[in-house]
Amino acid sequence: MPILNKPIIFDKNNFGNGFEKGLNGRPMDIVLEIRESGLKGRGGAGFPTGTKWMLAATAVSEKKYVICNADEGEPGTFKDRMLLTEFTEELLQGMILCGYAIGAKEGYIYLRGEYEYMLSHINGTIQKFHEEGKLGKNILGKNFDFEITVRLGAGAYVCGEESALIESLEGHRGEPRNRPPYPVNTGFMGYPTVVNNVETLVTVPIIINKGAEWFRNIGTEKSRGTKLLSVSGDVEKPGIYEVPFGTKIIDMLDMVGAKDTKAVQIGGASGICIPKEELHRNLSFEDVPTGGSIIVFNKSRDMLKILKNFMEFFTEESCGQCTPCRIGNKKLLDGVNMIEQGKCSVKYLKELIELGRTMQVASKCGLGQSSPNPFISIMTHFGDEILAEHY
Amino acid sequence: MTDSSFSSRIPTAQQSLKIEKGAAHEIGGLVDIEINGKKFQVPFGTSILEACKEFDFHIPTLCYHDDLCIAGVCRICVVEVEGMRTLQSACTYPITQSIKIKTTSEKVRKARRHIIDLLLSDHYGECYSCVRNNNCELQSLAKEYGVDFYRFGHVKEPFYEIDNSSYSVVRDMNKCVLCRRCVRTCIDLQEVGCLEALERGYDTKISTFMDKPLAEVICINCGQCINRCPTGALRANDPSDAIWEAIDNPKKHVVIQTAPSPRAAIGEEFGLPPGHSLTRELNTALRMIGFDRVFDTNFSADLTIMEEGTELLLRLKAALVDKDPNVKLPQFTSCSPGWVKFIEHFYPDYLDHLSTAKSPQQMFGALLKTFYAQETGIDPANIVTVALMPCSAKKFECNRPEMNDSGYKDVDYGLTTRELAQMIKEAGIYLPELPKSNFDEPFGEASGAGLIFGATGGVMEAALRTAYELVTGREVPFENLNITPCRGMEGVREASIKLENVKPEWSFLEGVDLKFMIAHGTANAKKVMDKLVAGELNDVHFVEVMACPGGCIGGGGQPIPTSPEIRAARARAIYEEEAGLPIRKSHENPHVKYIYQKFLTEGPCSHLSHKLLHTHYTKRGNYIA
Amino acid sequence: MLASEVSALNEEIKELVNTLGNGRQALMPILQHIQRKHGYISAHAQQEVARLLKIHPVEVDGVVSFYAFFRKGKRAKYNIRLCQTISCELMNKEGIARALERELGIKFGEVTKDEKFSLEFINCLGMCDQGPAMLINNEVYTNLTPRKVVEILNSLK
Repeated sequence: MPILNKPIIFDKNNFGNGFEKGLNGRPMDIVLEIRESGLKGRGGAGFPTGTKWMLAATAVSEKKYVICNADEGEPGTFKDRMLLTEFTEELLQGMILCGYAIGAKEGYIYLRGEYEYMLSHINGTIQKFHEEGKLGKNILGKNFDFEITVRLGAGAYVCGEESALIESLEGHRGEPRNRPPYPVNTGFMGYPTVVNNVETLVTVPIIINKGAEWFRNIGTEKSRGTKLLSVSGDVEKPGIYEVPFGTKIIDMLDMVGAKDTKAVQIGGASGICIPKEELHRNLSFEDVPTGGSIIVFNKSRDMLKILKNFMEFFTEESCGQCTPCRIGNKKLLDGVNMIEQGKCSVKYLKELIELGRTMQVASKCGLGQSSPNPFISIMTHFGDEILAEHY
Repeated sequence: MTDSSFSSRIPTAQQSLKIEKGAAHEIGGLVDIEINGKKFQVPFGTSILEACKEFDFHIPTLCYHDDLCIAGVCRICVVEVEGMRTLQSACTYPITQSIKIKTTSEKVRKARRHIIDLLLSDHYGECYSCVRNNNCELQSLAKEYGVDFYRFGHVKEPFYEIDNSSYSVVRDMNKCVLCRRCVRTCIDLQEVGCLEALERGYDTKISTFMDKPLAEVICINCGQCINRCPTGALRANDPSDAIWEAIDNPKKHVVIQTAPSPRAAIGEEFGLPPGHSLTRELNTALRMIGFDRVFDTNFSADLTIMEEGTELLLRLKAALVDKDPNVKLPQFTSCSPGWVKFIEHFYPDYLDHLSTAKSPQQMFGALLKTFYAQETGIDPANIVTVALMPCSAKKFECNRPEMNDSGYKDVDYGLTTRELAQMIKEAGIYLPELPKSNFDEPFGEASGAGLIFGATGGVMEAALRTAYELVTGREVPFENLNITPCRGMEGVREASIKLENVKPEWSFLEGVDLKFMIAHGTANAKKVMDKLVAGELNDVHFVEVMACPGGCIGGGGQPIPTSPEIRAARARAIYEEEAGLPIRKSHENPHVKYIYQKFLTEGPCSHLSHKLLHTHYTKRGNYIA
Repeated sequence: MLASEVSALNEEIKELVNTLGNGRQALMPILQHIQRKHGYISAHAQQEVARLLKIHPVEVDGVVSFYAFFRKGKRAKYNIRLCQTISCELMNKEGIARALERELGIKFGEVTKDEKFSLEFINCLGMCDQGPAMLINNEVYTNLTPRKVVEILNSLK
């Protein structure tokens, strides 16, 4: 499933010989180039990749690891699905460059269980790289060894969170860890580990080839580069698009053929719901961030049903470790059901929104911290409409 | 603090950043921090909770426990750290750079209140009808944060069925707050591993393998999970209704034997600080509530020393003189029923190492329904024997099918410290202010050696005081008979006593370095057993194992809460009480001498003693069908 | 289980541990192999894995019960998992759900009498642009319509 509009960064021509160039240079050069480019994590959290790599590279440890987070589970996100099958070689290149840069010898691809059908393809590509001397011992004739193993997930959205992913790799329940210390300091088996999204890693050889300057010229000041969007919902042309950061939501909607849009859910279930009035806002870390998920709702949609779908999702996917997320999500879902039956007072709704605010700051990991987002944004923007319709 | 050197489950994230306090000062590893506007310095790696405790800032906790590794799941201890959007849990956050902490603020107060409301919304049961009424951490938190209505509702119907399949531990998951303390206790602290969180999300529950009833899995009944549970989700199986019935029944002759550890701790149930033994006051209380006789378990502890000590010497003779390959050394003590079930499950091929002597409780029970019945002329069918123990596993022990050598159920009920305190309170008695009184005849006052059984190392010390004197004719070469290598809270202790200038009949022991080991807590027992399996204990002769950390004073029936300081205080009380007794060696107890003269006339380890005072074990294995 | 089945299972698990490793990190791949081959991870399998990896059986149970793809009890030959998340919901997954229930004669959460099909919901499969979507064992089926779904079931019957 290729990109539906003209690719800007994710053009096969942009990769050139970035891979060889990177391995011919010094490891720290790669780290500095990535840092200079301003690349930020493309999984949704948006942590500066260069900073992450710098922390891992400068950590003193006998072992380090590179992990590709291919546990794409955010509702509405399917851009990694495309990258994993269409840009497989480039992903491996990115991982190898990361390993070289930080001093790791082993890498894992944590592939979500639902994508098991692409396992043989990825393993085949890894095999091909071994045959071409791009993986294994003395890669490209250099004194650098690197191995990549694919590990499957088993159906848990929370394992997309980096410390839960590491726990899963270690053979535990996918329950996020206490942080600090962070994975770059104490990660897989206690060693410094870099966990990066598929899109982030595929971007790496491009930046090494075209240079940080070229990358910086696309996007906005705090959000350099482009974002792959996976668009679904009430649009004529659902699919994967690539837009530079700073693109206005309304322009994006025009491109995908959205009509009579009532609201757009940006960032998946854990993102925010942008109502019609705010469509002039732009997609960037400064304004409305996203890991790529864009779900469009037209005016025929019942916003409460949509909210219910989100809250059911979170209640089921919560790992259950910490109190605010485990019980809080259930309370928010119960609240949605109460609203549906016309049994939720305005007073109790306020209590739930306050609860949501507590969850946003007191939960142990990103899931609990962002699961109240749809509740708060939908009830804030569409509260009157919802309460009027459900009594 | 769970020792990370043997537990595989300590989160790696919690292991990486600690520096010892002393080292921190030397290498200049001190960090400047600010708490609520005041400036302090702490060693690098200290958690915010530790720093706040050190400088007297109160932070509420729930899943945190002094004995266990960090969990960071309840989120009650969250604090504000300047510059961070989210609140940080104080128990998990290591201080590695200069930060400004606020232990209270609008966000923090609201968060804590919400968390308590959420826990209450899921908590089925009223405080009125709960065994932990007035001693419940959730209740205390609710009071501290001024909960006066159920913000998010309250559970109307129980969701889980109560699991009371076990004689010892009862699980009511409707009250569970998922703090994971029991999981950390069972897997990390005790290395038994029968409780874990199953399922995910809102359906998460603490359960056993395949949700089987507790009696069908490898639970050893040590009750350490009960001691650490903050609510009434875990409790012991309480027989006090049946005991009241027996007391109220004029036909029944109800006798109680009291163990030293409950006596050292029961004051805590009446508001006293830990470390005050109320032995004599308790005797008065027990008679007041209607027990017909009050006996001292220390008597049968002395008897255990005689039997087990003789057994050890016989084993040594069989091994060193007769070179009998079937005789197993080292000999392991067998008075801890949690430990016995542990070895039956996890090391069933090594049961021959266990002493065949029963525990003091069971020896006493057998004697009460034979010897005592004879002496007093009371029909043993009407004698009800109750044992006051610090132990939850003793409830299982007295129900073991083989424990009826008297022809009746030797011990009818095992009663814990907490349960007896409840009975005393029900009778309107304030224990600490009662006058003192003595134990009843014909068992009377026991020796100090029997008393120190309560602390880890006590059985070993008592055994050595007797065995050494028996073999050499001299007292143990330690000041005041206090064998200090046996004492202390270290997990595994090792020492030896040289047997020199022995009496002629023990000449085969001349020059032998009697090597012994002491372990408490089943994780340490596992360490010792793994060494045994690896063949590394070939020169060790005697090992004392107690299933509970701290020994019996930390037992599953003792007052809640527990902590290293509380257990140390109780152990101190035991040793202090013992030091002041007139007789301090088991073999000098006149009542013990009397028993061997009049009743067990063939002496220790004879056929008659074996019938009443020794037992056998069951190979259980750890496969759950 | 028959004694011969038990010893075959033990052999299989021993082989898995030899190939995949005997540390706790090998737990997920080992469980995935067993799940794939047998369709579920029995109590005996869990205890055998625990024994060889030197962890407690209840810890294996904790991991098995955490992940949606691991089953403790026997399921069907074909496990149908229909996506219930927002984008598929917008594309009328309800209609597909009713069609499946009608065709198989069971409700979601149940297994057909002949143990051939089981029906359950699953969360976002990452096929949001081609919804409604479902997984049957590991195969993905997208752009479902009520008629297409029946055709797929028939091809498997």
